Amino acid sequence: MDWGGIFADAVRTAIGVQAAAYALTSVGLNLHYGYTGLLNYGQVGFMLVGAYGTAITADAGLPLFLAILVGVAAAVVLGLIMGLPTLRLRAEYLAIVTISMAEILRLVARSRPMEGFTGGSFGIKGFANAFYDLNPIPSGDYGFWEITFSSRALWVMTVGWGLVALASLFIWLLIRSPWGRVLNAIRSDEDTARAVGKNVFSYKLQSLVIGGVIGALAGTLIAIDAQFTAPEFWDSVVTFFAYTIIILGGPGRIFGPILGSVIFWFLLGFTDQFLREAIHAGWPVVSLLEPTDIGAVRFALVGLGLMVLMIYRPQGILGSRAETLVGDR
Amino acid sequence: MNQPTTPARSVLGDVEPRPGVAKPDPILVADGVQRRFGGLSAVDVEHLEVQRGTITALIGPNGAGKTTLFNLLTGFDRADAGEWAFDGTRIEKKFAYQVARTGMVRTFQLTKALPLMSVLDNITIAAGDQRGEHFLAALIAPLWRPQERRIAARAHELLDAIGMSDKADDLAGTLSGGQRKLLELARSIMAEPSLVMLDEPTAGVNPALTQTLLTHITDIRETGRTVLFVEHDMDVVMQISDWVVCMAEGRIIAEGPPRVIGADPAVIDAYLGRHHGEKHLGEKQ
Repeated sequence: MDWGGIFADAVRTAIGVQAAAYALTSVGLNLHYGYTGLLNYGQVGFMLVGAYGTAITADAGLPLFLAILVGVAAAVVLGLIMGLPTLRLRAEYLAIVTISMAEILRLVARSRPMEGFTGGSFGIKGFANAFYDLNPIPSGDYGFWEITFSSRALWVMTVGWGLVALASLFIWLLIRSPWGRVLNAIRSDEDTARAVGKNVFSYKLQSLVIGGVIGALAGTLIAIDAQFTAPEFWDSVVTFFAYTIIILGGPGRIFGPILGSVIFWFLLGFTDQFLREAIHAGWPVVSLLEPTDIGAVRFALVGLGLMVLMIYRPQGILGSRAETLVGDR
Repeated sequence: MNQPTTPARSVLGDVEPRPGVAKPDPILVADGVQRRFGGLSAVDVEHLEVQRGTITALIGPNGAGKTTLFNLLTGFDRADAGEWAFDGTRIEKKFAYQVARTGMVRTFQLTKALPLMSVLDNITIAAGDQRGEHFLAALIAPLWRPQERRIAARAHELLDAIGMSDKADDLAGTLSGGQRKLLELARSIMAEPSLVMLDEPTAGVNPALTQTLLTHITDIRETGRTVLFVEHDMDVVMQISDWVVCMAEGRIIAEGPPRVIGADPAVIDAYLGRHHGEKHLGEKQ
């Protein structure tokens, strides 16, 4: 067993682009779920429109930065379309609409009639060269020990974690302001916020759109990293990974999504590599698994870990115990 | 139950005690307010006026429509028919938050502390016209910090008044039921309302704290505001109200000064006709 290699692999996964993109979309979803109490089960829909908005526009020959703005604008529109009819109603309606909308968007992107536009199931490739042309890092491998990244990967990671830092700062500025206090009141009790003159509907819509735009940037990041977007990237499970990350880190905490994403991807990377090695080394029981089972088993192990967390630390790693106790009353 | 004649009460001295009677200076005037739930007429109020600067009690047996009327007037529910004006402005089409901004602020039967927020934030949230509540201004602290300091100072004053200044930083969820009632009262005052509508302000509160609450409610009137409150405890109604409106089956069946209402056969019928032997009528909806 190459324990060092397993560990190095896990660390690479935990600080890689994927982890950054999931941290970013979770920062957005944390504004919805953690700070406003909105049940958005379709965060991946925002990521999809961000990725496709960028890819389609850039593929048509327009500058990449403009294409990213188109992706952001698409997220704003999506937020309004989902929020305007549902946010005056009970919380469940938003949940139903968002999860359905995310699936509809994915199926539409894959559909035959849209092929000329979205590339259908083949997706869109190679639209982000302009991004890599900007890479200031000389080519080569960077890092130490077995944890190294190519200059290309390091460039995307820098931009990705930079976006995570900016988005987190942005949310922190908002949350500590009176604007954030209104959100907190809405999360606790909408009627009270209304009774003291707060336009609850408007705040929920603002929250949905802002968190959605952050999600769209995360989707764009994933697409730029892969130089590719296809419908199977944007399965509903992505939203539930984001929820897992938030619950792991602690909902309604600035650093919750970041810590949650790093731990989530570390665990996935670790169990993946560990199972691979263990099967290869012929460990008892474990060697009964086929390599193709690894994907499923590692999620089962992460699920087990989450269950243990919920039993011993239901508020998440960074969450406040006092709030959880009070919330139960 | 001897209470000195307050100026507020003397203003109403010449008003005839009958349902829908006009008042000399009404802050709230409602006409033809109707709300049906299926075949049931929950509220059917022909005419109601609330005199400015008084404490008006709204009483009536279970299911009389008191809370529904509150919900309609404050925009938390939509009436099937009717129009009403607050301080001369028609408000029946306004949303709840708009009603609150015109100066009509309510509390709830089931007390609503914001449990995950500090006691101080539970009060500062209610301040109106906060610059930092606008999305872009929120990002730039210097734009709202000075106002925020003034708001916090005012909130501390109110906390002092209800004797909870030492709890400013506690989570409101840690407060007892009675403390939450006080907090809700202070929050409603922070919104600077001209009419405070209290839905059962003393429900589930021990007798000693009830007296404290009643003192605060009369203080609200002394600062020039109007109070309209739903109450079941007749002792409380007799003690602090200047005027009493009694509802039964959605309609206003009697109006008048507390002592007149206490002896009104229609009122006694409405209560005792259904609830023999109960002194306190605890309403749960």
